[in-house]
Amino acid sequence: MVKVAIWGSLRVATEGRAEVEVDAKNLRELLDRLADAYPGIKPQIDRGVSVSIDGLIYNDSWFTPIGRGSEVVLLPRIVGG
Amino acid sequence: MALDDKHEADGRVFKVVGTRPVRPDGIDKVTGRARFGADMSMPGMLVGWVLRSPHAHARIRSIDTSKAEALPGVKAVVTRKDFTAESDDVLDNCMAGAKALYDGHAVAAVAAVSAKVAKQALKLIAVDYEVLPHVTDVDEAMKLDAPVLHKDKTDETVPAGMSKNVIQRFEYGHGDVEAGFAEADEIVSRSFKTAATHQGYIEPHACVASMGPDGQADLWVCTQGHYMVRNVCAPMLGMDIGKLRVTASEIGGGFGGKTTVFLEPVALMLSRKSGRPVKMVMTREDVLRATGPTASTSIDVKIGMKKDGTITAGWAEMRYQGGAYPGSPVQFGAMAAFAPYNLKHVKTIGWDVVTNRPKQAAYRAPGAPMGAYVVESVIDELCGNLGLDRLSVRLKNASTEGAKASYGPRFGKIGLTATLEAAKAHPHYSAPLGPSQGRGISCGFWFNFGGDTSVSLSVNNDGTISLSEGNPDIGGSRASMTMMAAEELGIPYDSVRTIIADTSALGQNEVTDGSRVTFAVGLATIKAARDAITKMCSRAAKVWGIDEDAVIWEDGHAKPAGPNAGKFPPMSLAEIAAQASNTGGPIAGHHEVNAEGAGVSFATHMCDAEVDPETGAVKILRYTVFQDAGKAVHPAYVEGQFQGGAVQGIGWALNEEYIYGKDGRLQNPGFLDYRVPVASDLPMIDTVIIEVPNPGHPYGVRGVGETSIVPPLAAVANAVSAAAGVRLTELPMSPPRVLKAIDTARA
Repeated sequence: MVKVAIWGSLRVATEGRAEVEVDAKNLRELLDRLADAYPGIKPQIDRGVSVSIDGLIYNDSWFTPIGRGSEVVLLPRIVGG
Repeated sequence: MALDDKHEADGRVFKVVGTRPVRPDGIDKVTGRARFGADMSMPGMLVGWVLRSPHAHARIRSIDTSKAEALPGVKAVVTRKDFTAESDDVLDNCMAGAKALYDGHAVAAVAAVSAKVAKQALKLIAVDYEVLPHVTDVDEAMKLDAPVLHKDKTDETVPAGMSKNVIQRFEYGHGDVEAGFAEADEIVSRSFKTAATHQGYIEPHACVASMGPDGQADLWVCTQGHYMVRNVCAPMLGMDIGKLRVTASEIGGGFGGKTTVFLEPVALMLSRKSGRPVKMVMTREDVLRATGPTASTSIDVKIGMKKDGTITAGWAEMRYQGGAYPGSPVQFGAMAAFAPYNLKHVKTIGWDVVTNRPKQAAYRAPGAPMGAYVVESVIDELCGNLGLDRLSVRLKNASTEGAKASYGPRFGKIGLTATLEAAKAHPHYSAPLGPSQGRGISCGFWFNFGGDTSVSLSVNNDGTISLSEGNPDIGGSRASMTMMAAEELGIPYDSVRTIIADTSALGQNEVTDGSRVTFAVGLATIKAARDAITKMCSRAAKVWGIDEDAVIWEDGHAKPAGPNAGKFPPMSLAEIAAQASNTGGPIAGHHEVNAEGAGVSFATHMCDAEVDPETGAVKILRYTVFQDAGKAVHPAYVEGQFQGGAVQGIGWALNEEYIYGKDGRLQNPGFLDYRVPVASDLPMIDTVIIEVPNPGHPYGVRGVGETSIVPPLAAVANAVSAAAGVRLTELPMSPPRVLKAIDTARA
């Protein structure tokens, strides 16, 4: 199981919890399991998210491994200019 | 794939990286040989022009193009009904559907044998508008009685009972801000406003589209991302993306404003309908009315501080309008505003709001400069109130490795403290100031990212290298890639030529944005060079009749790995290349990756300003940028990015704004009245490059192009506020605004 930090305005979908646990070993599993467990988060996932894993930002790499002790933070999709 | 290479550069002595060779595009650009978007012509080419709405908000009841189509010399007319693809905001912005949503919104386009005929044809297009009430101010748009642009775009994050112009709500932070404020000795609450500004690129949008009767098309375009242009335009035209080949021209500035499409789908449709190539070039008025400025904002901020300078809590509510469609960068402002500070209690709320203005596009660290402006202004005021040194307070509270960012993750190795210490030790900080002069400091932050990248490196028969990459060069990337390839291969810089290949030549490449190119394309270039090296060593091994494992690469030569491998004189790259056909065929290295693991970049800016108390005019006296680049591949280009971001921020702070009249029309769509800084307005921008390596890149590179625009709004505002003796809370700080603030404070 990995712990995932959820940003403030999404917590309405996690019953107010700032951190949830899902069983995932990579980025794809993380997003799929989050959407399954918390359907209220799915619209945001569909709009696009980035995931910070141990301080580094990942956008699309499904098979990025996530260790049990990793710090995982859900973020809006990071874009630039 | 996840980046798994550790930073390798510790202790490495670079021979090419870190030097300052002559840029490869310089001669072409100063002699006029460089070909920009408007510099392409094709046989039989037509000229395309766009008809734009004169109304800020109107229902389009009907469009009659019959008279325009009948005008001699007109070969095609296009309206939204020609686009049968599924509608989305980008398409609707390129060509209005049911409503015109801002002054300048495209409603039709013609292709004709000349600009004169095309413009005559536009006058013959009859558009029946039902003019609707409009709203251009972000706070006004949030009111329940505001005119509504879209009935159905508000998402699930917005509480019930709010205007339908409020699209999305964001919230970040941790801790308990009320508990934090309770600990403070001093609290400052302020409200701020910033105006919409444009990226100000000198080159207007331009393209030439040519579609054949077989449905295959070519597009020449100035863009930050020709793969994006291909991937977005092809579906709009109902095409497979492989049928559309896009070539990126030289680009005269982008800064984020060319990360989307405006003319391109229209040019392609005109070409399809006319059966001829169509060239479209925007005027400056078109650029300002109908491309993508950044958001205007209205922000409330509250920060608490103890007498010893510890920030106890930070809170901000940020309202950004991103034009007529969802997508203002408020979430990045809300995430980045407090990022430089290690806070136990922090909360930011962001609202994305639509108004009757052009659809926003990215502008260099989208959303972050406004957030830094408000936070850094209030920190400055708190320091003044408590009699504390502004750099010492920032150092005391600075985010460091392991600190929890205001937006959630813990930082890795970062360079903020190094920039602050460099600023404190710099002679600028202790230089004396005269009357009506003030000094301002600000920190700033940007995330950076990587993305899809494809690079191919070919070894030519004479030992020179042709390097193909897929990212338009907006910041010196061809020089940087050339340098990294030369470094890896151990050959002279002049032996490598880097080009930007078209979309048919390489795999997918993400747009040139996110300060990603030196990081991601550099990473791929290094790996492509190493791939080529592996192949060249293999060829040498064959020639020598030894195992591949027994060959190493050093200083541009394949060499036996040790005495047991055999006594063979080294083979140079050129020698191996000359024998390539004999030893197995052409030699090339390549690398394709979704590069992740980009490192963040922090900066500190210092500005001295003088205010004329009689006119309110501001003069920038001195400006110094301190920013972490990880590893500066070509220091002159890095310095250029620092300077460019600072200058754009100075213009944003002092002069630039979109001015809308009561009729909702843009009043200043030209460089005379939309005043960007020019060289004579400003002193030399001094730069100090800090290098705290990014562990995610073999040389430690961090992107730098965006962080440089984040601090200047606050650095300049703090300097002007100190010089004027009154806190300025609205940008731009144009002379009338400064004078009014001074007079109000005196009264």
